[in-house]
Amino acid sequence: MPVIKNLRAIGHRSVDAVWRLGYASRFFVMTLLYSGTSFRRFHLTVREMFFTGVMSLIIILVAGTFVGMVLGLQGYETLKRYGSESALGSLVALSLVRELGPVLSALLFASRAGSAMTAEIGLMKATEQIDAMELMAVNPIARVVAPRFWAGVISMPLLSALFSAMGVFGGYLVGVVLIGVDEGSFWSQMQSAVDFQHDIMNGVIKSVVFGVAVTAISLFEGYDAPPTAEGVSGATTRTVVESSLAILILDFILTAFMFRGD
Amino acid sequence: MERTTLDLWVGAFVVAGIAALVILAMKVGNLSTYNVSDTYELDAYFTNIGGLKPKASIKSAGVLVGRVTGITLDTSRYEAKVTMSIDKRYQFPRDTFANILTSGLLGEQYIGLVPGGDDAMLKSGDEIKHTQSAMVLENLVGKFLYNKAAEGGSSK
Repeated sequence: MPVIKNLRAIGHRSVDAVWRLGYASRFFVMTLLYSGTSFRRFHLTVREMFFTGVMSLIIILVAGTFVGMVLGLQGYETLKRYGSESALGSLVALSLVRELGPVLSALLFASRAGSAMTAEIGLMKATEQIDAMELMAVNPIARVVAPRFWAGVISMPLLSALFSAMGVFGGYLVGVVLIGVDEGSFWSQMQSAVDFQHDIMNGVIKSVVFGVAVTAISLFEGYDAPPTAEGVSGATTRTVVESSLAILILDFILTAFMFRGD
Repeated sequence: MERTTLDLWVGAFVVAGIAALVILAMKVGNLSTYNVSDTYELDAYFTNIGGLKPKASIKSAGVLVGRVTGITLDTSRYEAKVTMSIDKRYQFPRDTFANILTSGLLGEQYIGLVPGGDDAMLKSGDEIKHTQSAMVLENLVGKFLYNKAAEGGSSK
């Protein structure tokens, strides 16, 4: 009976998906429970912060500057039509601090650091280093997973702040230095439009949430990867796809809560 | 890699990140102009506040002296009650006028305070008695048309 066969396939898939979701949640809770080590032996976390945070600096800084420059150029072309070039500062700063800074730096972070984390842990599993740790009575989640998680969560808001700052600088470069928008109105309009609590802090909260999401997904995909070459490459791809989707969906939800009605 | 160089790089990264956040707060945001000094509260009733929003600025002679902290509808009078917090450094006479003004043609609305000549000053929790509501464009256009119509009728 083909109907029953198809039904069985659907059922199998649903059960599989739910099982995986449960496994992921358990993995996340275990990471939080065993994260004491990553603070007691903080040098483990610092080491991971070097690989996730410091190594992502160049791409974040360069991308931030260019995004800000494009915003300055495009914003100027549009604002010029309405004779309100002086609002360029607030346009650049608001769009960077609220949306582009956290979202773009999280996307770059996912593809730069998240994929590396997945590949590293997946390979550790494939070469049975994780099993070896368990045999030596070292908890691999406390020793390998949790420090990477906290390193990502700490690095993400710092990277996004750097991205936004560089973006504002890029916008200033194009808007004021290159095109010649009045410098005083550029900064003063920006300062009157950007609120510290409402805009900057909400941007920081966003980037922390994205940091949690991206690192949790990357670590789980790495830990869950089948111990083969194909398995690791598939897990790396899934990390980038899933974290990018998670970032964009979470961004919509957070924006709906933070900036609605004003 | 050597652990000390690693620590150095991470330290520089963290410091740079925090510095970026501080720059954003000070240079891009309004933290440097935030009112850290003491404030006192004043109330004012308006028949129509137009597009006034919480956190709108309160200016006197063009100088920022405070912010709107709350807007509610007082159902005993059916008027908008606007709560303002004003910098303690600036005291205003009891017969001060509060007007809702618009910056630019389509800009945001703010409250302008025009001081009167009374010797007694407004204290915290006092109400500004003299207020002028926001100009609503539809009402203005309506009035203009009505006047035009009346003129046309009388000249015939």
